[in-house]
Amino acid sequence: MKILVTVKRVIDYNVKIRIKADGSGVETQNVKMSMNPFDEIAVEEAVRLKEKGIASEVVAVTFGPTQAQETLRTAMAMGVDRAIYIAVEGEIQSLGVARALKKIIDKEQPGLVIMGKQAIDNDSSQTGPILAAMLGWPQGTFASKVDIAGDKAHVTREIDGGLETVALKLPAVVTTDLRLNEPRYASLPNIMKAKKKPLETMTLAELDVDVTPTLQVLKVEPPPVRKGGIKVPDVDTLIDKLKNEAKVI
Amino acid sequence: MTTLILAEHDNAHLKPSTLHTIAAAAKLGAPVAVLVAGQNCAAVAAEAAAVTGIAEVLHADNAAYANFLAENVAALVAKLAPSYAHILAPATSFGKNILPRAAGLCDCAVVSDIIAIEGTDTFVRPIYAGNAIATVKSTDKIKFITVRSTAFDAATATGGNAAVKAVDGAGDAGLSAFVGAELSKSERPELTAARIVVSGGRGVGSGENFKMVIEPLADKLGAAVGASRAAVDAGYVPNDYQVGQTGKVVAPDLYIAAGISGAIQHLAGMKGSKVIVAINKDPDAPIFAVADYGIVGDLFDVVPALTSKL
Ligand SMILES: Cc1cc2nc3c(=O)[nH]c(=O)nc-3n(C[C@H](O)[C@H](O)[C@H](O)COP(=O)(O)OP(=O)(O)OC[C@H]3O[C@@H](n4cnc5c(N)ncnc54)[C@H](O)[C@@H]3O)c2cc1C
Repeated sequence: MKILVTVKRVIDYNVKIRIKADGSGVETQNVKMSMNPFDEIAVEEAVRLKEKGIASEVVAVTFGPTQAQETLRTAMAMGVDRAIYIAVEGEIQSLGVARALKKIIDKEQPGLVIMGKQAIDNDSSQTGPILAAMLGWPQGTFASKVDIAGDKAHVTREIDGGLETVALKLPAVVTTDLRLNEPRYASLPNIMKAKKKPLETMTLAELDVDVTPTLQVLKVEPPPVRKGGIKVPDVDTLIDKLKNEAKVI
Repeated sequence: MTTLILAEHDNAHLKPSTLHTIAAAAKLGAPVAVLVAGQNCAAVAAEAAAVTGIAEVLHADNAAYANFLAENVAALVAKLAPSYAHILAPATSFGKNILPRAAGLCDCAVVSDIIAIEGTDTFVRPIYAGNAIATVKSTDKIKFITVRSTAFDAATATGGNAAVKAVDGAGDAGLSAFVGAELSKSERPELTAARIVVSGGRGVGSGENFKMVIEPLADKLGAAVGASRAAVDAGYVPNDYQVGQTGKVVAPDLYIAAGISGAIQHLAGMKGSKVIVAINKDPDAPIFAVADYGIVGDLFDVVPALTSKL
């Protein structure tokens, strides 16, 4: 079985973001960028399935500017076999990504697609289920465990009330949650090896899909700031403040 | 054109998240219909019909909807979708699973996790873990929207008298099956609806300590128990306790964080609380920058003292 994983280059989760002065968006120039953490988990899961002999090949896909190819190299250093890079200048949103991925999947015919449950830039949490709908495949979102047996995937999902397990008929789309695995660090020899792995480049024109954004960003602003309060010396003062000043207990 | 809401429920009762979504929908100014899809859920349909401001309840009763499998429920939503301008669901693990799939079936995107409505096509939503707030205009033919519960009041559960109409979808899509669930059982209030939340982080040190230190304080206050990702990853508490960017968003009257450093991903889930108390032995912990009241000290001294003095 072939596995397809999707990766996105985003501002590193440790960076304090800056909003552009004109309110048009978030500054991404000269900022540390990394693979979306949920996509690292997706890559790790796919590579583990290959190491267990369940997957025969792992292919990573990304969309973005030239530098996004670095994210594909990182994925290959973690054990992905080959990569597909779709060059995108300007913005592409979840719906456009799902339409384009569908074209790639129609050609690649993977038995499983693993994606992050959300990207930590837009926090939209929608590309996986939109893609699954377009493919007519079942979906296992927010996965904390994936077991493949025959033509089925058993996926344990993190839900608001606890955990739930569903059985999906393959091919299927799985989106990762934090507890699925702990992604490995790429070793130096593997980073070197990744440089020689095949990276195919495609354009949106070749894929012949409409990726015009349907969500127009009118403005981006900082959130209201929450002012820090005071430090209190002891528990008695705290109780007094909560009762008489904040009046919450 | 009418607005449709996909109700979150457990086949017995509506979830509070649905009432918040109904209140958000009312701001669109159009009549509101509620879809209750489940199995043996007539009581839920009746409950929805009694909510103030509902024009109609659509009741789809089918074994295929019993466990809210996305493949089956999204197909039903997509079948009904062409009659509606807006389709809303709570931005919970229920809504975030089903609604994007329904949108995908209609070749539309979702406006996720909205916190305000500026017009029939313009919505406000947090991005980058709430460190930026975006105002977006949707050009999709049907607006699929998930709603952050803490940003909207709950609709009044009584006073309405809407008609209930039976509807039918294709039932089982034959793609997936429900195997089982391990739901956390608790006598405490539900985390996202609680008036007070007591959360513990890595500093709590173990699941035992959670039981001996954090839970007694929560029970004294009638509070829900939450946690940081680090505490969940370490196995101190189950995953559904996680508060944050990628966990639950809470906005109680009082949020007490003990042994939590205050990473941006955690703040994203609790910054909207009315009053924040931080208990941390590190005076420079970032949590103090958002706390109304902070105590620098060992949580194993401070928390039990608080519990006994309350
Ligand atoms: C993609 C992604 C998503 C994430 N999503 C979330 C999320 O949704 N929610 C979330 O919480 N995190 C999330 N995180 C993790 C986040 O970045 C932090 O790692 C995490 O919140 C840290 O948890 P903590 O504060 O409990 O632990 P730490 O940062 O280790 O802090 C422990 C604190 O406890 C204090 N302490 C220790 N012992 C004591 C004591 N005896 N008494 C008093 N104080 C004590 C220490 O001074 C310290 O400040 C996410 C990270 C990533 C990359």
